[in-house]
Amino acid sequence: MPTILLREMQKDQSGTITAVKVGGELGRRIRDMGIVPGTRITIMGRAPLYDPVAIRIMGGTLTLRNSEADYIEVDVATPEENR
Amino acid sequence: MPITIALAGNPNAGKTTLFNTLTGARQHVGNYPGVTVEKKAGAYIFPSGEEATIVDLPGTYSLTAYSVEEVVARDYLVQEKPDVVINITDASNLERNLYLSTQFLELGVPMIIALNMIDVAQDRGITLDAQRLADLLKVPVIPILARSGKGTPELMAAALDLAQKNTPWNPLHISYGEDVDLALQTMAQCITTAGFMTDSYTPRWLALKYLEGDSQIQEKGRKNNPAVNAQLQEIVAKVGEHLHQTMETYPEAIIADHRYGYLKSVLRQEVISHKFDTDRLHASDRIDKVLTNRFLGPLIMLGVLLGLYKFTFTYSELPVAWIETFFNWLGGNLSTLLPDGHLKSMLISGVIDGMGGVLGFVPLIMFMFFGIAILEDSGYLARVAFMMDRVFRIFGLHGSSVMAYIVSGGIAGGCAVPGVMAARTLRSPRERLATLLTVSFMNCGAKLPVLALLTATFFSNNQAQLMFLLTLLAWGVALTAAKVLRLTVLRGESTPFVMELPPYRFPTFRGLLIHTWERTWQYIKKAGTTILAISILIWAMMTFPGLPQSEEEFFAQQRQEAIASSDQATEALSLKEKLAAIDTAQAGSSLRHSLAGRVGTAMESVSWLPGFDWRTNIALVGGFAAKEVIVTTLGTAYSLGETDPEANGSLAETLAQDPHWNPVVALALIVFVMFYAPCFVTVVCISRESGSWKWGLFSICFNTGFAFLLATLVYQGGRALGFAG
Repeated sequence: MPTILLREMQKDQSGTITAVKVGGELGRRIRDMGIVPGTRITIMGRAPLYDPVAIRIMGGTLTLRNSEADYIEVDVATPEENR
Repeated sequence: MPITIALAGNPNAGKTTLFNTLTGARQHVGNYPGVTVEKKAGAYIFPSGEEATIVDLPGTYSLTAYSVEEVVARDYLVQEKPDVVINITDASNLERNLYLSTQFLELGVPMIIALNMIDVAQDRGITLDAQRLADLLKVPVIPILARSGKGTPELMAAALDLAQKNTPWNPLHISYGEDVDLALQTMAQCITTAGFMTDSYTPRWLALKYLEGDSQIQEKGRKNNPAVNAQLQEIVAKVGEHLHQTMETYPEAIIADHRYGYLKSVLRQEVISHKFDTDRLHASDRIDKVLTNRFLGPLIMLGVLLGLYKFTFTYSELPVAWIETFFNWLGGNLSTLLPDGHLKSMLISGVIDGMGGVLGFVPLIMFMFFGIAILEDSGYLARVAFMMDRVFRIFGLHGSSVMAYIVSGGIAGGCAVPGVMAARTLRSPRERLATLLTVSFMNCGAKLPVLALLTATFFSNNQAQLMFLLTLLAWGVALTAAKVLRLTVLRGESTPFVMELPPYRFPTFRGLLIHTWERTWQYIKKAGTTILAISILIWAMMTFPGLPQSEEEFFAQQRQEAIASSDQATEALSLKEKLAAIDTAQAGSSLRHSLAGRVGTAMESVSWLPGFDWRTNIALVGGFAAKEVIVTTLGTAYSLGETDPEANGSLAETLAQDPHWNPVVALALIVFVMFYAPCFVTVVCISRESGSWKWGLFSICFNTGFAFLLATLVYQGGRALGFAG
């Protein structure tokens, strides 16, 4: 299964986080909000200027900037799991 | 002794709603020492008669030390040791919410978990077994609805029960995998042997914070015992390096992963079951499809912000007018009651005008906070930040900054005082400060009379276009200044944006009222006293020293001559006019003679650069009290007597005929008035909101310096190009 960066995901595409490759304050914030490996996410939409991105995770909606999404690797689900 | 109960939880979990439900109006709002985070406490009385103090801790996602809120919440728990912590969680988003709970468990505080919004969870097809969760986590778990108060009696009974048991703190030990566990053990031993800060923290918890790279704890450790600190740091570095080489990860990442792993293992034991797919669209998502739509979203947002602006400034007009009328009436009455002299002058121009100045802003602030409370509590504000972030980020700001700019006068005619206070909704410190310091560049309602006077007098043909251009100029300058600040004094990485888009909710009316009143009262209480003092100071500056004896006598003599030379019966009216003319002439010379006048005259040595004479200088000094005073003071300086800022025909005529004035001077003055030091009410608010007078002072110096530079460029440039004819 292909692993891509969160930035490259399309609207309504789902996947499972495989890695969060950042430490420090940003890394901590990202993990505090539930963005950890093994968690399933879905892209809900993007802001009018294509950035930031809104994602569904653990039943809630989070937003993050594309520059922040670049540290997050996602194993994109196979097409039949995708809606 | 009343027991203390701390409310803690994620932002948006309903913490404030529960706090309001429990304490009602018995609240006390203050600040935590040294920071601008609000400290809210309230009283609760149990049916059995026992009393409790309830402390509403700031909402956090974690207990690390990255934001002030987190530091405040953690320090409170560790140092004040409340009897019970009620951890309020959003049942519809439980896994993420429990992440904070595991950190409370690791700290060991006596805790109860309140499962809030179980109705929302049910609607989403989530079934929760509270008893099972309680058994697994070994803490009481009570389902509640904070909004209606359902379940709160049970919650409070459980809290009282737990407080009376008075069990010692019992930290939970989670396994973080071989590498981290081993390091933790070694470090804990090292801490125990040295007795390193063990009076406040447990060894394992301290070791964990070191591994998490917690700067506040490490700083404390360095001061407490440098040797042990170094020893611990060494172990942390070693584990960090090992993890990086073998797994390309960080200790803090491993710790977070294992915490979530622990939670997953708990929730999987038949605690939670989903009837629907978790990706299912909720009502909130359907609303977002419209409200954050690529085309409709910005349009609707523009409408909402315009609506907020109209709401704040239109509906507050009437109460503002009432307050003005009241203070005018008070001043008028006092004026007839008291004998002429400095006391009367001080009471009227210093105290009453000063109090009028403080209270005149109150309706504005109330309406604005009410409007913002609606946007905030409904969840729309987060969407505004989401949509605007890309634009504001260019200037080193945050999407939420847009509110503050609009209210300050991004649509000409706002006010920087509520604008500065609107910056409270920003949670990122550097972005917030940059917003605070630049909102005053906007064209607030008080600058408008000045701009209107000058544009009408010197640019009457294109007044409307020019006013529009000036609004654009204000935006341009404010955003550029923000960028400059973020590249210099407020340099630093942008605060991570990662933010929750909470589900849309109907705000409760009671919550809105409490919210609005709290913030308004804080303004009156804190800003009020300072503003009154400064108002009296400015009055003194414009009054003392009075005219020398010889000049006083000169005016007295003139008066007598006028009276003597007139025939009382026929010329009563013209005598009155003559006397009034003498009065205004005297007021003019008094002003020039006063400290402010002397400052104005002395400033001519530099103010020739932007082309200002002493009269303009005095008016600008007076404008520090409030920008609309510029017009009045200019009138006095030109010895025109009382000038009404709204009807200033005579002043406009005088300026148009004065050879000193021309369009270039007018434009330089316009630019200067737009960008120089904010009025002192704003300065006081900037200082309050930033937590330091340093920033208030900075805004005075930075803005004035910048305005001076710009005005000089306009004046000298205009002259060089030959427009000053």
